[in-house]
Amino acid sequence: MRRIITATVQNRSGVLNRITGMLSKRQFNIESITVGPSETEGVSKMTFVVDVSDDRKLEQLTKQLNKQIDVLKVSDITDKAMVARELALIKVGSNVQTQPEIQGIITPFRASIIDVSKDSVIVQVTGKPEKIDALIELLRPYGIKELSRTGVTAFLRGQQPKVIHEANTLLI
Amino acid sequence: MKVEARPMEETEKGLKRGADIFVESLVEQGVDTIFGYPGGAVLPIYDALYRSNAPFDHVLCRHEQGLIHAAEGYARVTGKPGVVIATSGPGATNLITGITDAMMDSLPMVIFTGQVATRVIGTDAFQEADVIGLTTPITKYNYQVTSLKELPRVIKEAFHIATTGRKGPVVIDIPKNVSEEFASGTYDTTVRLPGYQPTTKPNPLQIRRLQEALSTAERPVLLAGAGVLFAEASEELRKFVKKYQLPVVTTLLGLGSFPGSDPLFLGMAGMHGTYTANMAIYECDLLINIGARFDDRLTGAVQHFAPKAKVAHIDIDPAEIGKNITTQIPVVADAKEALNALMKEEVKKKDHQDWLDHLQKKKAKYPLWYERSKESISPQWLIEQVYRISKGEAIVTTDVGQHQMWAAQFYTFDKPDKWVTSGGLGTMGFGFPAAIGAQLAKPDEMVVAIVGDGGFQMTIQELSVVKERNLPVKIIIVNNEALGMVRQWQEKFYEERYSESILQNPDFVKIAEGYGIKGYRVTKEEDVPALLEEVLYSDGPALIDCRVEKLECVYPMVAPGKGNHEMIGVTK
Repeated sequence: MRRIITATVQNRSGVLNRITGMLSKRQFNIESITVGPSETEGVSKMTFVVDVSDDRKLEQLTKQLNKQIDVLKVSDITDKAMVARELALIKVGSNVQTQPEIQGIITPFRASIIDVSKDSVIVQVTGKPEKIDALIELLRPYGIKELSRTGVTAFLRGQQPKVIHEANTLLI
Repeated sequence: MKVEARPMEETEKGLKRGADIFVESLVEQGVDTIFGYPGGAVLPIYDALYRSNAPFDHVLCRHEQGLIHAAEGYARVTGKPGVVIATSGPGATNLITGITDAMMDSLPMVIFTGQVATRVIGTDAFQEADVIGLTTPITKYNYQVTSLKELPRVIKEAFHIATTGRKGPVVIDIPKNVSEEFASGTYDTTVRLPGYQPTTKPNPLQIRRLQEALSTAERPVLLAGAGVLFAEASEELRKFVKKYQLPVVTTLLGLGSFPGSDPLFLGMAGMHGTYTANMAIYECDLLINIGARFDDRLTGAVQHFAPKAKVAHIDIDPAEIGKNITTQIPVVADAKEALNALMKEEVKKKDHQDWLDHLQKKKAKYPLWYERSKESISPQWLIEQVYRISKGEAIVTTDVGQHQMWAAQFYTFDKPDKWVTSGGLGTMGFGFPAAIGAQLAKPDEMVVAIVGDGGFQMTIQELSVVKERNLPVKIIIVNNEALGMVRQWQEKFYEERYSESILQNPDFVKIAEGYGIKGYRVTKEEDVPALLEEVLYSDGPALIDCRVEKLECVYPMVAPGKGNHEMIGVTK
């Protein structure tokens, strides 16, 4: 199952290495990690998309993250009301004929062309990973020359619906 | 030879060298013993040690692996952090095995490594190694100090991290220019670790659930691990066990947490544990684990581990709970705090005398056994003699392998912190240097290093240290001229193809003599008692090369992949 986990961490040197090293040592399957500064100076926010086999493995993952001395807070936000966004840059083969077609494809995705050359364009798109997947598929026939995705970063929404979710982790 | 150091110009100006600040910080932490080895990148630190009149003892081992295992032995018997200094590059990389060993067995350690100067870090400078990269997966935490003003705070934090919560090793990498720099004034040494607040007090709800489970259990068993020893909770454990008449089993590292000669003690559980201990876990309906981490050598095949039991797990490290074994009652707490909380209220316990009788019958029917050797010395009998003649009072250290299992089986530990062994990592070469550390920490106690002929040769150079300091460490080599446990597995599971497991050994007696230490060889059982009487109570170090039965195997045994109820070699 795919889960989205966020962590706030003290921005000390080596923290990313320590966390990714722990994840690989304990054989967690990480699909993406994003890291960047948060609203507090010296504190970074990390977002992980992980593929875990069962609840026990998931519980281990959050516990092992929490155990890290630089980690301040770990949240599994998968089942919460949240926004998850990713940015992708896609360099697509194009010419004078195909460029308007590409423009037509990307408009409903609220993507934009941010660079044009004589045989390619660079498309920038932001959104949920599924949306980006869909756009990539539509652009594939034109020839994707380069693709770079940032991985997901995610937030809880300001308002959480009052639905009680079953707890994923043991109550300790 | 110590000559009066010339006061340096800078010190007259009220400036302090980084290395002197380092020494002061150690004094502040109450360090009394340092295990170290000098080298280029730690020259300023060694110069500061030389000039200082700090009240600590610096122990010069002969290899960094020796010094870190010595520090581990010190930490294990005192509960205080083992402090280590090594130089950059090879000095630091030689520590890797010991740091990993300390991490696996949760030993408090503060390890200082020298590093090349900050301006050349990353250039593959002479004796440069990426110590932070190397030690990140094997430490509780690590630091590289890039500015002198951080040093006092980092040292304070490191001691705090190493000795609290689940204990563990912390590495501090100090570039040479940082220890050479001068600085004035005092620094902010406030520890700020907002992400590190270990839970020590148990959740009352979980304690109540555990009490309820205890009140209805018909076949309860208590499993005690090293967590009981780290929490200094042996007395609380004994009280709790007596109160509710719980049968007790321990892990390898938990030996001594509960008196081994108590009738309620069923023995060590696991791969080479007693049949009764393993069957108690197999048959129980409530397993209370205090401070053990359900290691695979303890559990055997997990699907057969405590299959009928409700599992309660008390551990200071939340990540250990539910890691290997599904747990119904999780209690994150220090063992002592948890035991005190459990005993606060009286629990009305269902009678379980039948269960106790059943276990006592098993214990009487399936004791640990061995066949006496006709030609040479039975290794199990040898351990029994060491136990008898040392009156069970010795601190015993071991390496890993057959001799370790025999020591665990046949030396009865009635008191805590007498048993020093490499559990999780299973490190050959651990026992002898660990004995040095233990002896330095407890100069008045009898310390016996029970080692194999293979493992002893991995850190044999530390004979220099026992000679130099005239430490009364007694080395007993359980010499079967083989890597015994490897040979045993080859015999059982690889059709007796003894691939590279038979050793051609040196003359250990001559080696001892070469180091200026008394050496003895014993080949017949009848000579053993008198020799042990003489040697164990003699002053100064001594080594006994005991020629034991070569093809002896450790029994009983859980074969790999099997459940603990499927032990082989339970009876003759």
